[in-house]
Amino acid sequence: MSAAEPIPTIGMEVHLHLATRTKMFCPCEVHYEDPPNDQAPPNTYVCPVCLGMPGVLPVMNERAVELAVRMAIGLDCDLPEFAKWDRKHYYYPDLPKNYQISEYDEPLGLGGRLDVELEGRSFRVGITRVHLEEDAGKLVHAEDGSNVSVVDLNRTGTPLLEIVSEPDIHSAREARAYGEALRQLAVYLGVGRCNMQLGQMRFEPNISLKIGEGAGGSPRYTPITEIKNLNSFRSLERACDFEIRRHRDELAADPEGYTLERLGKSTRGWNDDRGVSFLQRSKEEAHDYRYFPEPDLVPLAPEREWVEKVQASVPELPADRRRRFVEAYGLPESDAGVLTADRDVADFFEELARHVAMVARGQIPGPKDAKTAANWMMQDVMRALNERNVPIGELGVTPAALAEAVALVEKGAISRATGTEVFAKMLETGKSAAEIVEEENLAQTSDAGELETVVDEVIAENPDAARQFADGVDKAVGRLIGLAKKKTGGKANPKVVRELLVRKLRG
Amino acid sequence: MPLLDQTACEVRDALRRGDLTAVEATDACLAAIERLEPRVHAFASTGADAARARAARVDRRRRAGEDVGLLAGLPVAVKDNMASADGLPTACGSNILRTWHAPYNAHVVERLLAEGAVIVGKTNMDEFAMGSSTEHSCFGPTRNPWDVERVPGGSSGGSAAAVAARMVPAALGSDTGGSIRQPAGLCSVVGLKPTYGRVSRYGLVAFASSLDQIGPLTRTVGDAALLLQVVAGHDPRDSTSAPESDAPVPDYLAALEEPVEPLRIGVPKEFFGEGLDAEVERLVREAVAVYEGLGAEVIEVDLPHATDYAIATYYIVAPSEASSNLARYDGVHYGHRASEAADMIDMVMRSRSEGFGDEVKRRIMLGTFALSSGYYDAYYKKALKVRRLVRQDFDAAFERVDCIMGPTSPTPAFRLGERLDDPLAMYLSDLFTVGASMAAIAGVSVPAGFTEAGLPVGLQILSGVFTEDRLLRIARMLERETNLAGRRPPVCEEPA
Repeated sequence: MSAAEPIPTIGMEVHLHLATRTKMFCPCEVHYEDPPNDQAPPNTYVCPVCLGMPGVLPVMNERAVELAVRMAIGLDCDLPEFAKWDRKHYYYPDLPKNYQISEYDEPLGLGGRLDVELEGRSFRVGITRVHLEEDAGKLVHAEDGSNVSVVDLNRTGTPLLEIVSEPDIHSAREARAYGEALRQLAVYLGVGRCNMQLGQMRFEPNISLKIGEGAGGSPRYTPITEIKNLNSFRSLERACDFEIRRHRDELAADPEGYTLERLGKSTRGWNDDRGVSFLQRSKEEAHDYRYFPEPDLVPLAPEREWVEKVQASVPELPADRRRRFVEAYGLPESDAGVLTADRDVADFFEELARHVAMVARGQIPGPKDAKTAANWMMQDVMRALNERNVPIGELGVTPAALAEAVALVEKGAISRATGTEVFAKMLETGKSAAEIVEEENLAQTSDAGELETVVDEVIAENPDAARQFADGVDKAVGRLIGLAKKKTGGKANPKVVRELLVRKLRG
Repeated sequence: MPLLDQTACEVRDALRRGDLTAVEATDACLAAIERLEPRVHAFASTGADAARARAARVDRRRRAGEDVGLLAGLPVAVKDNMASADGLPTACGSNILRTWHAPYNAHVVERLLAEGAVIVGKTNMDEFAMGSSTEHSCFGPTRNPWDVERVPGGSSGGSAAAVAARMVPAALGSDTGGSIRQPAGLCSVVGLKPTYGRVSRYGLVAFASSLDQIGPLTRTVGDAALLLQVVAGHDPRDSTSAPESDAPVPDYLAALEEPVEPLRIGVPKEFFGEGLDAEVERLVREAVAVYEGLGAEVIEVDLPHATDYAIATYYIVAPSEASSNLARYDGVHYGHRASEAADMIDMVMRSRSEGFGDEVKRRIMLGTFALSSGYYDAYYKKALKVRRLVRQDFDAAFERVDCIMGPTSPTPAFRLGERLDDPLAMYLSDLFTVGASMAAIAGVSVPAGFTEAGLPVGLQILSGVFTEDRLLRIARMLERETNLAGRRPPVCEEPA
């Protein structure tokens, strides 16, 4: 055995709810908010099919398949010509049929990858498989200590996408970054809403430490532990951290015994309050799911044309877009990252840049327009979004309206600082930039004739500063410009004032 | 002729002409049921008031000149594994569902009601359709109208007995490995198992999903055609039901009287092997000879996988699927729940132990074992491969012949209790019927005659997928010659 530092090795199973209007195998509605199904009165979004009543049959939701295929395409998976449904059996009261319809050995997506950015570097996570299944319901245990539980099946049958990764993740931070990247992709593609608080995305990391090589050169590992049902990025990172530390401790205590071949795989839960994991099921208690092909459904054999249509509907992926923002617009990596994190924000930015270019020259946006637009996005728009905590679609200002304010600054009608003020007023009142500038009398004075008198006064009243500037001390100009602005109630265009000062004192 | 000696087609025509009202027809059935049920016990439940009310509604609508449908006013019975929201339980002969009332109608029930049929009751069956004698029912056994000391066959024994005893003109049954054809043979009625996918399974309580198929049990071939016409066709709620574009539903009655000429009949030696009762063999060969007399050509064909291999693999596939389908009966959401339990797992175990009968438990155990990790490949997966071989046997045969004929069942009706303690003997009742089930093709049992003891014997005729129209025409050729449909079982003659 090598004495090298053990390397955390993590593969992830991620479940996310698909953004369909109805359940996976029946026409019951699925609501993801206001309120979501599992916060509605219990057992109100149910029918004989999702209740698993005698005699019912499942019918596949085509939209769910389309969204699943879209995600598989986004993850660069192969799409087999044939995928099939299987039944996975286990007894639990939140699973009315006592089997779950899933895809076992022939899933709809195989062998993809996702490139994840973390702290200025990129790492690649292999995607083993992507498959569809149905979610279970909810079991609520009585809080009075009696041994009574009640079952709510509103969520039963919600389309669930499972994405299984290769063990290509090597730290808790990477696990989190992978989860975030996956969420971003799913939201970008319109595949799911992925509201974490509502359990619409859940993580199950499989954690082990690579502890060097055994006989014959094959790698040796600590036992694999799967942590079930983590539903926030924070708990995902903490649970991985905890588990990696726990494995190190166990390994230190028993370097020969704490190995995968001896102990196999176990399943653990996560207590977020106490920040610890706990054993749920050891290898000996592992389920036999008795998978077999679902005889009530026909296999999935999507036609090529259909797949091509779905392919065509996949928008530019976030990583590609970020790269394009850097390369075509010359944006710094960090800005490109911020602007592509949300598809609507990225769309807003590009729309703004287009309008800025149009106002300026009537052309497609170049790096200069993009930089101007990015400056407004980073300084004004993102701040407003954070303060208001709303999605960009609900901001109340369109890219075209904002471009008007940008144009006023660009042509010198108002200062950049006033531009920020105008944007804030636009958000508040819904009025146009021009209206606000007009009503509040914010336009700056650029008339050289008008400003000449002011500049003359400033020079006369501040002979010392004037002399310094005349003698070549550049920084003295700031004070002079400031005073000119003060005399005009802030409206003096600093650029014009500066030109006048140069002409008068250095000319 | 007494009303209930008439065929379903005749009753329907009388209703159409106005010679008979739906209420009269329904009352006649209810009276026959009341008179014969103590001796035959063909029903799991009957709904006299609901049936009369429905019949009255049909009569009213007919008088108002409305289109009342293909079956308007015809009393029918459906097997107790078809969901009906008509006030009757859908118990499947099981204590676990004894009090369960479906909140929805099966596709076939919807179709019957849409065409104006009056459902008078739900027929008795082996629990969850697992059995060949209708003895495995929580409601007690059904008896054979031709000899009440004998079984009617199963699992659709209630439907077969009810039609044979003239309690109803027509009934629906379900066939997984022979459950329509075998009781039809044993009760001297016509029983048709359509091609898998011909009739929607939506609302049929599943036994083995890849095999289950609904079909008619009637006294005549024409009546079977009439009922099939009503229930056949695509249903979007059953993904395995054949799309109209792949398999359009023909008019089954239109050409029924036209004989199939020329007719090539395949007779496989595998259907005439060991275990076949001598009298059954004689009567079946005589029936084949009738066709020869009509000009048909008889050709020997080989079906090497259609009997022994088929039954062995059937008892892997069907229990496997059953073990999965029956997992839902856990006492949590509906059906029987044990009154006392220590915890959730105990509740599920007790509810299932109390609710299921021995035969169902036996098959759940078989299926659970066959699907278990480490055994799946050796059993279920291999069974699916053999299943393909069975299908290939038939496909090859149908390249040379139009249909295949043989006995429906190796023996006539056996005595009540005779095979209850010998599951293997019971399973062999399906020896000749499972092949067609595994191959998903169409099959029918038509009355071929009676043994010297007066027990019915059925001729099984099999034909390729979605050829029910031709199959019915072939069956009709024999029926026209033998005229067995008019013969009344002894139970009808006995004084009440």
